[in-house]
Amino acid sequence: MSAEQGATATPAVDERARVEAAGRDAAPRPSAWNRLLDSGAGRNLGLVAVLVILCVVGVSTADTFATASNLLTILTSASIIGVITVGATFVIIGGGIDLSVGKLMALASVWATTVATQSFGPVVMIACALLVGAGGGLVTGLLIAYGRIVPFIVTLAMLISAQGLAERISGRRSQIVTDPTIAAIATTRLAGIPLLVFIFAAVVAVGWVVLNRTTFGRRTFAIGGNAEAARLAGLDVRRHTVALYIVSGLCCGVAAIMIASLTTTGSSTHGTLYELDAIAAVIIGGTLLTGGRGTLIGSILGVLVFTTITNLFVLNNLDTDVQNIAKGVIIVVAVLIQIRARRTSP
Amino acid sequence: MTGRGPVPLLTMRGIVKEFPGVRALDGVDLDVAVGEVHCLLGQNGAGKSTLIKVLGGAHRPDAGTVVLDGTEVSFTTPHAADGAGIATIHQELDLVPGLSVAENVVLGHEPARFGFTRPRDAEDLARALLRRLGHPEIPPRRELGRLSAAGQQVVGMARALARDARLIVMDEPSAVLDPEEVRNLFRVIRELTAEGVAVVYISHRLEEIRAIGDRVTVLKDGRTVARNLPAATTPTAEVIRLMTGRSIEYVFPERAAPPDSAGDSEVVLEVDGLSRTGEFADVSFTVHAGEVVGLAGLVGSGRSEILETVFGARRATGGAVRVRGRALRAGSVPAAVRAGMGLCPEERKSQALLMGEPVYRNVSLPVLSRFARAGFLRRDAELAAASAVTAQLDVRPADATRTTATLSGGNQQKIVLARWLLRGCDVLLLDEPTRGVDVGARSEIYALIRRLASHGVAVLLVSSEVPEVLGLADRVLVIREGRVVHTSGSAELDEGRVLDLVMEGDVRV
Repeated sequence: MSAEQGATATPAVDERARVEAAGRDAAPRPSAWNRLLDSGAGRNLGLVAVLVILCVVGVSTADTFATASNLLTILTSASIIGVITVGATFVIIGGGIDLSVGKLMALASVWATTVATQSFGPVVMIACALLVGAGGGLVTGLLIAYGRIVPFIVTLAMLISAQGLAERISGRRSQIVTDPTIAAIATTRLAGIPLLVFIFAAVVAVGWVVLNRTTFGRRTFAIGGNAEAARLAGLDVRRHTVALYIVSGLCCGVAAIMIASLTTTGSSTHGTLYELDAIAAVIIGGTLLTGGRGTLIGSILGVLVFTTITNLFVLNNLDTDVQNIAKGVIIVVAVLIQIRARRTSP
Repeated sequence: MTGRGPVPLLTMRGIVKEFPGVRALDGVDLDVAVGEVHCLLGQNGAGKSTLIKVLGGAHRPDAGTVVLDGTEVSFTTPHAADGAGIATIHQELDLVPGLSVAENVVLGHEPARFGFTRPRDAEDLARALLRRLGHPEIPPRRELGRLSAAGQQVVGMARALARDARLIVMDEPSAVLDPEEVRNLFRVIRELTAEGVAVVYISHRLEEIRAIGDRVTVLKDGRTVARNLPAATTPTAEVIRLMTGRSIEYVFPERAAPPDSAGDSEVVLEVDGLSRTGEFADVSFTVHAGEVVGLAGLVGSGRSEILETVFGARRATGGAVRVRGRALRAGSVPAAVRAGMGLCPEERKSQALLMGEPVYRNVSLPVLSRFARAGFLRRDAELAAASAVTAQLDVRPADATRTTATLSGGNQQKIVLARWLLRGCDVLLLDEPTRGVDVGARSEIYALIRRLASHGVAVLLVSSEVPEVLGLADRVLVIREGRVVHTSGSAELDEGRVLDLVMEGDVRV
């Protein structure tokens, strides 16, 4: 409050008109081309190109590739890892890393599908999955922000212990989803489009708005870009860090319900290596692993590239080992293209 | 070149080095003879560090010649300078804390046979060098990071010796050493020079220069103002006059009110017995509304640490900070900001700015929520408010959507100031507000600081430049080795007196 008084103590500021005039005749404005490059799609030009190439390959090698049902299959299989990737994008832009996402999702799916939880009905099951995810994120975030342990180690420990806890609760058995409402999520279609795709789209939309239009998103970029500068500007960096891991955990909770519905089981084996898929998607999406810069759209394009590759291999009856080699190559190529593109347009 | 006895080893002529907006070196000459200790003197910002970086190959000069042993050389990398026999021992040591002492000594030139390193040879070499330096107690296998600062300094020396350097540059080597260690250092320097090695010695402690130096070169504002003075016989007053007499007189704005009227105004900031173990102890002072208080001291005296602790960026181990009578929670920046404090930190790049972000986002950072409704940012309002403040400070170019990294140092500093101007502070803490800032922007920043004070803001200023402290502050606290050693009105001090207080070392040689 004394600060607000202070605001009146500083010289009055009423030169907006002059500023705007000065802004107009200011030094070179970015050209239309540069503005396109700076837009979400432009910064991920390499990725868009890769996606286009994959589609061309798809159309020319498999008759069924370009059908509506196949495209929906791609989107559906992208939806679960996509939701997790949204959370991972927040964490990585904020300067962290979360290795625990896959197993946190598994734990949430197990916890939400125990006989006891299922007896309370679908609302409690969903709440349980979200709470487990958010709770895991809270623990992770507290250890990182206040325990001052590096994110890599904390989330690795969380990965391992979430796996253990999921096995302990489930007794290493797949728990069948008996609740009809939860089971129906994966089979429901609205206007011919699976509900899972709508959930994916909704999470992406909310994530995009939060990242690009709110103070929370802006602070995430600031903290990831220069944590010390953010701290000395008065931001509560530690509290924000905790919040970022809760966001990631919540995304795992949402994904847990989706995967439980899709497979009609809750299992400790769900989500194995999802953390690597999510991180790979974020990276080829152009987000700096050191934080401070990145786009959600890029991450989603990254997820789509990977799921399209999988789809192509399935349609052409190729082995998954070749598919993994292709994924590795694509990560390197996409990042190489991005580095070149950034160098030519500073 | 020197035209008398000494054999010239290094001759630098007309060295110019420009950074965006600043001419750090503006025609510097330096002569170093074989086997001499050549002292380089100058206030902070005079260009000493830039000069030794040019010499060490870290910076490429924009103009000028460097002649080593009669041949003109141009070092494009530190490695090239190293190959020519020039070793630099930096203030901030460029050693690897995770490696052993011996591994650091031979770093980059590990003794090897058939590609296999020979750790035994490295250890023998390190042991011999450390014994020569008077530190046989440092075990070559000890991890470097576990040594004290002084111990690490000794290892840095050993490393320079291991390279058989002909010219060793020492940047304030005595800053972390106790008197006994300084004596050892001097003994080693004498041995080296007896063997024909030349030493460029940088120190603020004039009595050391008298004890060890042969000749002195004085830099000021990026120029050589005196060359090859005899170290032993040039009077101290003469040296201080050369260091302080300015070619560029900064225009300090008139004080709106005479300093003694501060006594009538409210005490805004009260620092009471503030301490931080190992950094500073028992610091107490008050700043009134409308008053500018300056902290004068050398780098490493604890002045920046005091400022950051007042702001809560470091947690105090003792004492209290009060704003308008209310104690702040120790170690909490958000609490300090809520109480109306703002800090312009020492290192703009690493501590203050998001260099890759647009200007307006840097300005609005502490007050984001002011432009938000239910968490949603209203970008137009944000941009307009930030632009208004940057325009008021005449930040150029005026477009607040430009990437911060593309602006000059002076304009970047204005962005940091604009941030707290937009925030509206009762207490403004400024750490080196004009470092790396060109002359024009300096006067503007000085005027702004004064204007803020005249509007009732309490300002606490840290600066290495004594004229800046004297020109801006109403009251000056002199900090030496983590303690306030002197307090008085700035009118009662002059530059020579402050330098005297600041540099009066505890070293008896």
